[in-house]
Amino acid sequence: MRWSFSFFAPFVALMACGAAVAQAPGYKNVGRTPTEQEVQAMDIAIGTDGKELPPGSGTAKEGARIFKAKCEVCHGANLEGSPTAPALVGGKGTLTSLHPKMTVGSYWPFSTTIFDYIRRAMPRYLEGSLSVDEVYSLTAFVLYRNEIIKEDDVIDAKTLPKIQMPNRNGFIPQKLEEIHDPKKRGCRLGHCP
Amino acid sequence: MNSKESGRRRFLKNSAALAGLAVGAVQSARGQSAGPEKPEASPKDIHTYGERSRFEKSVRTGAMGLYDPARPGDHRDFGFRTPTQDSVGIITPASLHFVIAHGYEPPDIDPNEHHLLIHGMVDRPLIFTLEELKRLPSVTRIHFLECNANSAPSGPTGAFRTAPNATAQDTHGFTSCSVWTGVPLSILLKKAGVQAGATWIVGEGSEKGKHTKSIPIEKAMDDVLVAYGQNGEALRPQQGYPIRLLVPGWEGINNVKWLRRIKVVNEPYMGMWESTKYPSLRTDGLSRWFQFEMGPRSVITRPSGGQKLSGPGFYEISGLAWSGGGVIRNVEVSIDGGHTWKEAEIQGPVNSKAHTRFGFAWNWDGEDTVLESRCTDERGETQPTPAELAKFWRVEPEFFRTTGTIPGHFNAIQPWKINRDGSVQNALVL
Repeated sequence: MRWSFSFFAPFVALMACGAAVAQAPGYKNVGRTPTEQEVQAMDIAIGTDGKELPPGSGTAKEGARIFKAKCEVCHGANLEGSPTAPALVGGKGTLTSLHPKMTVGSYWPFSTTIFDYIRRAMPRYLEGSLSVDEVYSLTAFVLYRNEIIKEDDVIDAKTLPKIQMPNRNGFIPQKLEEIHDPKKRGCRLGHCP
Repeated sequence: MNSKESGRRRFLKNSAALAGLAVGAVQSARGQSAGPEKPEASPKDIHTYGERSRFEKSVRTGAMGLYDPARPGDHRDFGFRTPTQDSVGIITPASLHFVIAHGYEPPDIDPNEHHLLIHGMVDRPLIFTLEELKRLPSVTRIHFLECNANSAPSGPTGAFRTAPNATAQDTHGFTSCSVWTGVPLSILLKKAGVQAGATWIVGEGSEKGKHTKSIPIEKAMDDVLVAYGQNGEALRPQQGYPIRLLVPGWEGINNVKWLRRIKVVNEPYMGMWESTKYPSLRTDGLSRWFQFEMGPRSVITRPSGGQKLSGPGFYEISGLAWSGGGVIRNVEVSIDGGHTWKEAEIQGPVNSKAHTRFGFAWNWDGEDTVLESRCTDERGETQPTPAELAKFWRVEPEFFRTTGTIPGHFNAIQPWKINRDGSVQNALVL
């Protein structure tokens, strides 16, 4: 049976090679460790628990002043929106109608998303130009104008994640830990009804 | 010019746009330089970089029907539809690939300056240059990309999907298919060492809005690519140059362009788009979010809306089928408005989560009729009728006409009406 040895030998060698690759990804000297500053400069995504929120704070009163100077031109003096920017208030009680108005107050499930989005993407064409305190203040202003907080409430890394948004329970599945499994959720045909 | 000045200038220009004034190009037109050591060839030199025949006129159109090619700097449209009705085979030319970036222009990225950061719940945070990503084992795969708003009510009348004069570009122009080349994300994640308890990744782009998308780690470790190649060349700027996520079979929003960062985390991060714009709001006021996979779908591209048959006789009915659930197993065609169905020929190559071309031999007798197609994927899921889709959502079919709250994943069967004069019209009635 000498032939069997030579017949299988290459396969054995291949398997060994495959196993070695699987066990030790290696890829020597590809990629380097980033510096802490490099990570900090980019790490702007805020999760729902707000642990990435930076030091700083703001209030709706301060936010009103900034809004007038930098946001009103698109979002409107009464946050009513325009053809180029969505309304930021209103819509309560419209979600079951054929023309729902989905705003921060009537629809958005997480307060942390407001901070995250203003900081990364607002104001349009001047993205990244707001200070952290300005972002906290504008977040507070939008929350206040949706009657979710009081005008004097201080919004910061501790208070913001604790704010319960009115429509937080309007999404299925409600529990974040259940979202990742489409099978459990009965999705079919590219839909999860 | 410092970046603050440039930003202010852009703001002023766009304030002018808001006031209804015509503006010039907002984004500068600096191309990718070939490097100082080589003489620069004109991008218009067909000997060095080919162009199609001057007789070929197929182009993308503005997503909302608002884009005017005579005023290319006016960005009232937030995206562009691919000319589906002109497609041949299964691959979409990169120049005609649909574009959705939520209104953001492609950033002008020098690939030598670009990095990809992988961090969060990993043992070894890593930062890669593009050159390093290309040193890693590459894979090449054919996959479709589809925006979840493909066929949503839109356009100036809000009725693209039911307008009688709608073309396949209007109704199905937010899907395209390419040969993608890149490094499997699983290689990068394994190199970084994903920690126990990590369940999601967050991908982030480099455009002005820095789009983020949360993706379950199971998918990230399965078939997701960090792609740098499209149809045999570098990604086009509108498709994410120099790198993008390619998340096969899933809603377009997952395929983060101009990718700069992947953070490994333990929950979905609820970015603005994924938590407030992409959930499907039902009539009971509750919303389904994170729908992930695009359903089985097909469309006849020839003959289709706006085209004209020259007279009775032989025509091959030709179309595309695809599914986020895998391989297209079969396609059926009806030449009598859905009363009877016959098997169409699947014309290879057949790839998982990819456009698949089908054909059906047809002799037109010159009478009025309606052509339809429906596909079934490898899991046995069949493309629904509008009525079946409505039943699935527990709404009346007219719900899809009157509101945009379930805008995404409208994968219903598409009917095209053939009139006696040979003209072809959209026959979708909701």
